[in-house]
Formats: sequence, structure tokens, C-alpha cells
Amino acid sequence: MTVMSYLGAIGAAQREAMEADERVVIIGEDVEANVYGTTGGAGKSRADKGDFLQMFGANRIRNTPISEEVIVGSAIGAAMTGLRPIVDLSYSSFLYMAMDQFVNQAAKNRYMFGGQASLPVVFRSAMFYGLNTGAHHSDRPYPMFMNVPGLKIVVPASPYDAKGLLRAAVDSDDPVLIFEACMLWGTKGEVPEEEYTIPFGKARTVREGTDVTVVAISSAVPEAAAAAEQLAEEGISVEVIDPRTLVPLDRQAILDSVGRTGRLVVADPAHRTCSAASEISSIVAEEAFDALRAPIKRVTTPDTQIPFSPSLEKQLYPARAGIADAVRSVVGERQLARS
Amino acid sequence: MTPSHDTLLEMQRRMLRIRRFDERASKMVKRGHIPGTVHTSIGQEAQVVGAAMALADGDYTAGNHRSHGHPIGKGSPLGPLMAELVGKATGVCQGKGGSLHLADFAVGSLGESGIVGSSIPIATGAALSSKVLGNGKVSLAFFGDGAANQGCLYEAMNIAGVWNLPIVFLCENNQYALSTPAHTVTSGVIADRAAGFGMPGVRVEEGQDVLAVFDAVTEAVDRARRGDGPTLVEVVTYRFNEHSEGLRLGVDYRNADEKALWLEKDPIVLFRRHLVAEGIATEEEMDALEAEVLAEVDEAVRFTDESPFPDPSVAFADLYTDPTPGPSVDNLIGATA
Ligand SMILES: Cc1ncc(C[n+]2csc(CCOP(=O)(O)OP(=O)(O)O)c2C)c(N)n1
Repeated sequence: MTVMSYLGAIGAAQREAMEADERVVIIGEDVEANVYGTTGGAGKSRADKGDFLQMFGANRIRNTPISEEVIVGSAIGAAMTGLRPIVDLSYSSFLYMAMDQFVNQAAKNRYMFGGQASLPVVFRSAMFYGLNTGAHHSDRPYPMFMNVPGLKIVVPASPYDAKGLLRAAVDSDDPVLIFEACMLWGTKGEVPEEEYTIPFGKARTVREGTDVTVVAISSAVPEAAAAAEQLAEEGISVEVIDPRTLVPLDRQAILDSVGRTGRLVVADPAHRTCSAASEISSIVAEEAFDALRAPIKRVTTPDTQIPFSPSLEKQLYPARAGIADAVRSVVGERQLARS
Repeated sequence: MTPSHDTLLEMQRRMLRIRRFDERASKMVKRGHIPGTVHTSIGQEAQVVGAAMALADGDYTAGNHRSHGHPIGKGSPLGPLMAELVGKATGVCQGKGGSLHLADFAVGSLGESGIVGSSIPIATGAALSSKVLGNGKVSLAFFGDGAANQGCLYEAMNIAGVWNLPIVFLCENNQYALSTPAHTVTSGVIADRAAGFGMPGVRVEEGQDVLAVFDAVTEAVDRARRGDGPTLVEVVTYRFNEHSEGLRLGVDYRNADEKALWLEKDPIVLFRRHLVAEGIATEEEMDALEAEVLAEVDEAVRFTDESPFPDPSVAFADLYTDPTPGPSVDNLIGATA
């Protein structure tokens, strides 16, 4: 074990994947110069300029023009014909430029060609929200892609998960979209130095509890954990679950937990309407209604665009206070019963 | 290099296969035997076959909605293609692609696309693969004059240029995008656009002459295989049928004189005349070839007729390589009730 940042863990996973398999190539804007800090040397959050390039050469480190549609499309074509590309799309807002390739090609290809193709390609993008970058750079678009059958959606929330899930994504023969929250880039954690993978569709129980289940996504995970800490002092026992992958989703872990606690709060940094939280709430309402002792609560970003001013932006995303309030409101009935 | 005797006959055979296959498909659409619609390549066979046969067997193609000719030109057998058009289990895509989404990986056909322009980046990626793996394969993207105005073509030409990829961008200029004449929506000459990307741009005016297309594309393929990078080839041709079968537009966007002029330039008639005049084949041999191809199409239809429709569970197969995240046949319960 060693202590690594979230960003360093991504870099380490990329290096290991490149070393393990010659078919792995990295494609993206400014990957040669390691501008985003994930194509540098082992475990460093930001290595000396361009050292992946020195390690693996320009044949496998493909610096691109600013052409998202062909970056995504060519990675798909390359994956169909023998490579295993990792595409760095930098900001997640830029995925929209290549929507046709994601939705019409990556997601439909294997299906509509009757299983002839497999598409072992990983698309990484960073969600730059919370950094006062305004509406054009603050998107959290994973729920849009959850709505597209054929894509796998990964939302790592810790350095350990960032490394293990990325390695699993490279091993997957299907197109995988990884959404990395910049809010988490600097978080440090214990990460094995050796290679490991984390299977998709297996949620992580961040903290066990008995009164209420909080399913938290991406940067909401540490916020939910902090809220649980605080609520424990108030005598409320919170179970925090991080699904880690949204497609496939570990429905059973969520249903089992709600079965024990009888209450559900979902904390999701995406916009409220048709969010991951909406989907998780629906699953629980459909399949575990009898277990519920209180209405489900969603803590999400409201359906507004992201404003620039720090004073405006900071109130929008799910944070510990809002999550704690939601928990208090769903356990209110229990507290009443006791008092 | 002049093609061998066998190659010349094979060109005619593949053009005939496309013609007879598409004629049959057109009939089957009209009789309701093929669901949905199909876009035929009738009239464009020289362009399709000249390009496809300039490639080697292992080379890649990706194409568009005018889709049957590309895999046929690449040598794909007709039975599974026809079965796919009808949605049978034996279809080349197990009945899940249909006319718009044929793919036959066995002959390097990476798939046709219903989204205009969308397959161009895919072909570019196949060329990237060849380059990284050093396997010597060339990739060819088929697209229409309409698609030539999609932005992704220019993203693809730029990246193929800077990465020096082994790819041919093949514009099938049949002069119309549905009802829209190319010259009314296209500024300048398509082939000239190559210059902006530092690559050769070739315009084949005699697009009804299979050898003219073959020569131009062969040069582009050789160039790609030598490691000298991409080429844009624009072939001027004409579609004899409507944009899609069964489509009846109230407006006549192509006048009768123009149509008559192009019908005179039927690529199959022209090439047969050439083969006989050059002493490459006799009239009898040409008749025999026509009969042979007709029998192949009959056989493809018989194969299709005798094939079952897919099991309902197939609707849930192959969304992913592993079954974990997908829905199952259980989801049909209620939906069909
Ligand atoms: C992105 C997109 N826009 C519009 C259409 C509808 N459409 C299908 S074919 C076609 C015309 C395409 O013309 P061209 O590329 O020249 O090919 P051709 O049909 O002439 O072979 C149009 C507009 C589509 N399928 N995809």
C-alpha cells in the first residue's frame, strides 16, 4: 500500500495498463505534455513534462487536434479492429461534441451488428464542477449516458476505486465512460502498488448503519460520509453506499440496505430531473416499497445551469449539511416515535 | 498495372450481384417482404465495385445507408445479407441491423451507418489500428456528396493527415442528397477540399467506368499502404432509382433528360461491351455470368425464406459482451401482452 492522490491513481492505472498490454493506447488533447496530470510517471500527480511519451512513444500516446467527434469515433473504430484505447476527453462538457459517436456508434455498434463487434474502449472525462468555471465547464452528465443502453458508466469516488475501476474498464470489452470528479482529484488514500481490478456492479459500503441508507455518488460520497459522522453524534445511524458503477448498478446492495434501514436518501451531484438519484429512487420505490418507512429523498443539484459567482455556485451541489438535513427529515418519524 | 482476366470478370460479377440483389430487394420492399426501406446502389455499381476491389481481402471498409453494395463489392456472400434485410436469424447481423446497418466483419466490412457521415471516424479508427499494429491494412470510408458537408469528415481528414493514416476517403457523388442537388449545398468541388488538408484529391469524372474508379482508388490504396497517408477520391456517378425504395416525392428534382442521359451510361452494360470488345469474354460467357448471378440471388432468397425469425430473447443479446448490466427476455412480459 502507498498513499496516492485520486489523480495519481488514475495515472498509475494508465501506466500499468500501457505496460501490461501493447494494444492499449492513449488518445486525447494535450496528453503528450501531460497537461491534465494523468500521463506522467508512476504515482505522481503531475510528472515531468511528457514522460508517458518517453516511456511509450508517439505511436501509443496519440496527441490529438481539438476534434472530439473524430477522437471518439476513431477510438471506436480502433477498438473494433484490435486496439484497446483509453481516450482522455478532458472536461466532461466536451462529450456533447461527440454525442453522435457515443450514442449512435459506441452504444449501438455491437448490438446492431449482431455481436460481430466488441468495443474495448475507455472514455475518461473530468467533471470540473465546483471550481468556478461557469456553465460551459461544470457539467455532470453521467445520467444522460445512463439513458443509453450499451454504455457502461463508472463514477469512482476514491483513489483506490479510481485505480481499480480504470483497470477493470481497460479490461472490459465494452465501451466504458468514466466520470472523474475534479473535487476529488486531490483526495489521498491508500492504494495498492500492485495491479488490481474492481469488478463492475459491486457497490462499496462506505459506512454501516441501521437507521437510514444514503446512496451517494461521486463527490457526494465524502460529503455523505461526513454527514454520517455528524449524525452519529446525534444518535442517527447512517449506512453510506457508493455504487461505484452506475451501469451496471448494484441494485441488490441498495435494496438489501434499504430492507434493513427502511429509509433512503440519494445524494447525486447531477441535475435533479432524470438524475441517477431519480433512477435509484424508482428502483427502490418499485421493488422495496414495503420496506420503506418514510418517503425517499433526493439531494441533487437543482435544475439550473451553473452560475459563475462562487457565492452562487457553492450552494448548488449536494453537501454534508443538505444531506444531513434530508436524513433528519426521513428519520423524523422515528424520532417522534421515541420522544 | 492492368487487372488480370479473372479480376475483370470478378468486377462484372460483383456489379451484377449488386444490381440483381438490389432489384430483388426493391421488389421485396414493394411486396412487403422486406420491412422498412432500402436504398439501392443501382447505377452506382462501377463506383462501388471499382473502389471495393482496389482493396485487399483483409482491408477495412465502413459505409452508409446506401449499404448493400459495399459488402457485396468486398465479396460478402448474398444469403446472409438478404436474410438480414428481411430480419431473419441467419442474417449477417442476426436480424438486428437490417438494410441500414449491414456489417460483415469476415470480409472487413466494419459496418454501414444510418447516420449520414457517422461511419467516417470509424474507418479512420480502423486505419489508426493498422498504423499502431503495423499490420499493413488499409481502410476505406464510403460516403455520399451529402455526407461530404458533415463536419466529422473534416475532423477525420485532418487527423488522418497529421497521423499519416492508411485511409481512403471515398465520396460517392451521385449528385443528390435525397432531393437536394449537390451543387446547391456544396461550395466548390469536393475533391478540391483535400488540398486544405495537404493530401491528394482526385475527381473521377468517369464514375460509370469501373476501371477508371479502380485505377484511381488503387493508386490511393497503394499510397496508403506505402505509408504515404490518406487520399480523398470523389467519384461522379448517378443513382437510377429513387433515394429509397417506395419513396415517392411529389416534386421532380431530377429532370427526365438528365435521367435518360445517365441511363445511357449503365456501368454494367458499358463494362460488358468493353469485355467483349477487348476479347476478354464472349457474349455467351457474359450471358452465362448473368445467369450465374441471377441464380445466386435466387438462392439467397430461398435461403432467406427458409430461415427462421430470431428468438425473442435475441432482442436482449449483445448489448454488452457480458450479460451483467443488460435487461432480459423477462422484460418482454407485459410489453407484448
Ligand atoms: C445525420 C443525418 N441527417 C439526415 C439524415 C437523413 N438522410 C438520409 S440519407 C440522406 C441523404 C444523403 O445523401 P448522400 O450523403 O449524398 O448519400 P446518397 O443517399 O446520395 O447516397 C439524408 C438527408 C440522416 N440519415 N442522417
